[in-house]
Amino acid sequence: MDDDKTFKALGDPTRRKLLDLLCEKNGQTLGQLCEHLDMKRQSVTQHIGLLEEANLVSTVKRGREKLHFLNPVPLQMVYERWIRKFEQQRLALLHDLKTELEGENDEQ
Amino acid sequence: MSSETVTFVYVTYIRATPEKVFEAITRPEIAARYWGHENVSDWKVGSRWEHVRANDKREVMLAGDVVEIDPPKRLVISWANQSDYDNPDKHSRVTFDLVPYEDMVKLTVTHDELEAGSGMAEGISRGWPLVLSSLKSYLETDEPMDVFANPCATESAA
Repeated sequence: MDDDKTFKALGDPTRRKLLDLLCEKNGQTLGQLCEHLDMKRQSVTQHIGLLEEANLVSTVKRGREKLHFLNPVPLQMVYERWIRKFEQQRLALLHDLKTELEGENDEQ
Repeated sequence: MSSETVTFVYVTYIRATPEKVFEAITRPEIAARYWGHENVSDWKVGSRWEHVRANDKREVMLAGDVVEIDPPKRLVISWANQSDYDNPDKHSRVTFDLVPYEDMVKLTVTHDELEAGSGMAEGISRGWPLVLSSLKSYLETDEPMDVFANPCATESAA
């Protein structure tokens, strides 16, 4: 499943850092990204490969350069499936609590 | 454009035909289902298109021109707030590229020529992931997402 790839790609601090770097400045080259990471270029390439496979990073060739862009669409899918559902329950509980407390206030 | 510009590239893989995906972008009654807005135009190069809120008010939110169209492979439009339509400097550019990929379509949306730090740049970077995941959901499962959903506004409060 797509979600497996997303979670696997996110399950590593270097890859999360790469996403943060692209969030800060979208469209960076491999060289620019390497400047912020204390590891070999080859390792960074591998991490980016996994992010690309999970569709969290997309690349565009511009002349000789290859630019990397953050692609948050799979994160949105994960959010819809795995976060919002639970958030809604929590918000519904808060709403019930609010109604209950405000109801009591009215009676005072 | 004189000021610094930014580019965003969004990619999603959708289990559908390129024709279906292209139609979902350009046909108002389909876009209304998953986007909450309709893209209205005669889709001829040089024609105006409008992004219309799909409700009773039919408010025109965005407008631009059709720059290039090659169904079902490519669509390029300019993109501005409706109130900025007459100012070419305020137009950014959106390119939809559709490429068959195994039994799916790889849809790439490139939004460039955006003014860095502008409200539009900020708005679209929140909007596109939502719209594209809703489009994917709608075409694959017939269940669009609520693109107007806001984590702070409880549905139960309505």
